[in-house]
Amino acid sequence: MEKEKHHIVPYKTYFYILISLLVLTFMSIGITKINLGGYSVLGALIFSTIKSVLVLYWFMHLKFDQPFLRFMVGFVTLVFLAVIFITFLDYYYR
Amino acid sequence: MEQVSQHADPHYDQEANKLGMWLFIFTELLLFGGLFIVYSIYRFLNPEAFQLGAHELNPTIGAINTIILLVSSMTIAMSTSSLQKKNKGLTVLLLEITIMLALVFLINKYFEWGVKFDHGIWPGSEHLINDMSRGEILFFGLYFVMTGLHALHIIVGMIIIIVALKRVQNGTVNENRSSLLDNAGLYWHLVDLIWIFLFPLFYLIH
Amino acid sequence: MQTATQIPHDVNYLDYKGKYKGIFGWIFSTDHKRIALLYMYSMMVMFVVGVALGLAMKLELIAPGQTIMGPQTYNSVFTVHGVIMIFMIVIPGLPAVFGNFMLPIMIGAKDVAFPKVNLLSWYFYVAGALLVIASVLFGNGTPDTGWTFYAPYSFKSGTNLLPAIFGAFILGFSSILTGLNFIVTIHRMRAPGMTWFKMPLFPWSLYGTAWIQLLATPVVGITLVLVALERIFGIGVFDPALGGDPVLYQHLFWIYSHPAVYVMILPAMGAISEIIPTFSQKHIFGYRAIIASTLAIAFVGYFVWGHHMFTSGMSGTAQYTFSVLTFLVAIPSAIKVFNWISTMHKGSINPEIPFLWAVSFIFVFMIGGFSGLVLGALATNVYVHDTAFVVAHFHFIVFGGVGFSFFGAIHYWFPKMFGRMYDKVWAKVGWAFFTVGFLTLYSPMFYLGMIGMPRRYYDYLPEFHAANILSSLGSWVMTFGLLIVVINLFRSAKNGAIAEINPWHGKTLEWTVASPPPVENFEEIPVYGEKDGPYEY
Repeated sequence: MEKEKHHIVPYKTYFYILISLLVLTFMSIGITKINLGGYSVLGALIFSTIKSVLVLYWFMHLKFDQPFLRFMVGFVTLVFLAVIFITFLDYYYR
Repeated sequence: MEQVSQHADPHYDQEANKLGMWLFIFTELLLFGGLFIVYSIYRFLNPEAFQLGAHELNPTIGAINTIILLVSSMTIAMSTSSLQKKNKGLTVLLLEITIMLALVFLINKYFEWGVKFDHGIWPGSEHLINDMSRGEILFFGLYFVMTGLHALHIIVGMIIIIVALKRVQNGTVNENRSSLLDNAGLYWHLVDLIWIFLFPLFYLIH
Repeated sequence: MQTATQIPHDVNYLDYKGKYKGIFGWIFSTDHKRIALLYMYSMMVMFVVGVALGLAMKLELIAPGQTIMGPQTYNSVFTVHGVIMIFMIVIPGLPAVFGNFMLPIMIGAKDVAFPKVNLLSWYFYVAGALLVIASVLFGNGTPDTGWTFYAPYSFKSGTNLLPAIFGAFILGFSSILTGLNFIVTIHRMRAPGMTWFKMPLFPWSLYGTAWIQLLATPVVGITLVLVALERIFGIGVFDPALGGDPVLYQHLFWIYSHPAVYVMILPAMGAISEIIPTFSQKHIFGYRAIIASTLAIAFVGYFVWGHHMFTSGMSGTAQYTFSVLTFLVAIPSAIKVFNWISTMHKGSINPEIPFLWAVSFIFVFMIGGFSGLVLGALATNVYVHDTAFVVAHFHFIVFGGVGFSFFGAIHYWFPKMFGRMYDKVWAKVGWAFFTVGFLTLYSPMFYLGMIGMPRRYYDYLPEFHAANILSSLGSWVMTFGLLIVVINLFRSAKNGAIAEINPWHGKTLEWTVASPPPVENFEEIPVYGEKDGPYEY
């Protein structure tokens, strides 16, 4: 327990993450400018997902934490997606 | 795997504090999750109206606020590193920058909402109910609820960061007892995380 | 904050004099055992109110037509009865009382992970309860929507709903904090050597429960906020006149409120899983199967909410899906019952009071469970939807499940909690009256539902009369039994015979500490060896 006490993340890692997040933001603005019909939402959501993974892994330190935390985050995300899916079973087929 | 450690200080367990914060973050995610369910259902039922509604919003202000939040997320993340490196001055400075950015975000939000109010758009307003389609009423209802709840979280986050800042200054939060700052950071990233989804769903879907 | 060295280990938690005196020594105490008792006493107050309202309803239904109250009063009575019983009694019941008290001791810890948050959760509980009471006493009319607050009536009704809604919201927050505390406690504070699969089953059930509390409660929180905003501003999300869909409210409400049923029943099952091996003096049968079924119930139970909505106009696809998922939950529930029975098989059974409560729990739980299958099947559900059958079903599960388990648990752990033994004869008499009354009260309602008596009506057709009389008689017998049980426990807490450390010869850790336990439970944190386990008889 003590050996994994603290992983100090260098400042420049955070800086690179910020740059990637900003680039992704502009890309998502760009992709929604192009008329892709129904797919533009999908595109925007994909970019948002990539961004949130970056935030979770580096800013929120999941990459450096114990694996069970990553497992929990994944589990909660899956539960939430399953709830949306099941709710749509009603609305999509109604 | 994670065996219990008998610490020198029995009342301080860094891992427990972190786990507790993560669990709290899960509840916050599900809280907003409920709203995202409502959003996705109504967007599915009223696709055109939601696009019309999104045209009323200003993507530039949204993008500026996104950048502000992302930068502030970086500064608070850096502050946790600088605390570990025992650089108290830099930690304080980074936290102050974070708070300032949060404040700018709120000011932007204030003006953005103000413009909506000037256009006669607020929950239950006559213009909204008489002149707009039902889908648009839902869009703006959700817009105000979701960005409003998010702004509330910004305010709470600011308070937590201010407390953490004071504790860093008087030394009760230090490199050996950093939980409060780490948790303030986690909370702030959560606020960022939610905005990452709010921004495209409300501002970028035309 | 007090440190370990200042607290003497020969003083029990009841007699301990801390920084504060008198009642402040309780309401400012962060000791998990005192908080558990705070919860228990405040719940008892609310329970008395809830039972009184239930009795009033049964009295109203003793004859057709208006007996003691009119329709509007009856609506308010079943609403407040539901809100109190669901949000203040059965959801926090076992976790907040026995979870708080026993979890740290059973896993060999001195307290929960966040003692102050634990106390805060009790304050939230009291604040929520007071808000609900305020909605009854002040404003224009007691809430009359039913405990489900269904839209659109919940924002059209002129009654005083806002305080009740905020009360339920705050009670939810209290429940979240308790769950959060338990998960961290279990992850971080198990005694050295106590691996996950050496942990007793009651903490395991609390672990599953806590995850539901954590993941489901926020959804109802935001839903209630939306209803409140709908009432205040008219944002339109659930208002069909403004484009909203009231059925979506039902979805969101049951996304929480169905899992909430498992928040109630899982710790109840956990307590039963402790009682049965102790009184059979035998290793629990299928330890890992019980854990797996606990987690399976918690997980699958999260996705079955739609079976409350089979008649609300959902799509057929959703209905089939929910029906299938509902049936899946029956499997892990049945696994537990088989395990309990197999544990008793060839054990040396000691039929003490807790064991009697546990066995009657299995009985009523099976009736409740089987009637649940009737309701989970689409065709039969439509036939008995919103009839007295449903009321009978969930009282068998919720009151039968939680109530019997709660009384079993309190008779089981009472000597540990108060250091005294209750009068066993009176306890048996109380149990007998309660069980007979319970069955007389709720069984006729299955029949009434089948022949078509709707729920939530203050009046009924003459052909329902006979069964209703029987049911009302049952309510008196049950209350009489309840009074005997409660009075017996109260008297014994003060004057009972001094209890031994381990009166039932249990093997879990709580039976190794003094009765009542010292302030910090353990002078030295126990260490689990290779061969140690919670049920090694």
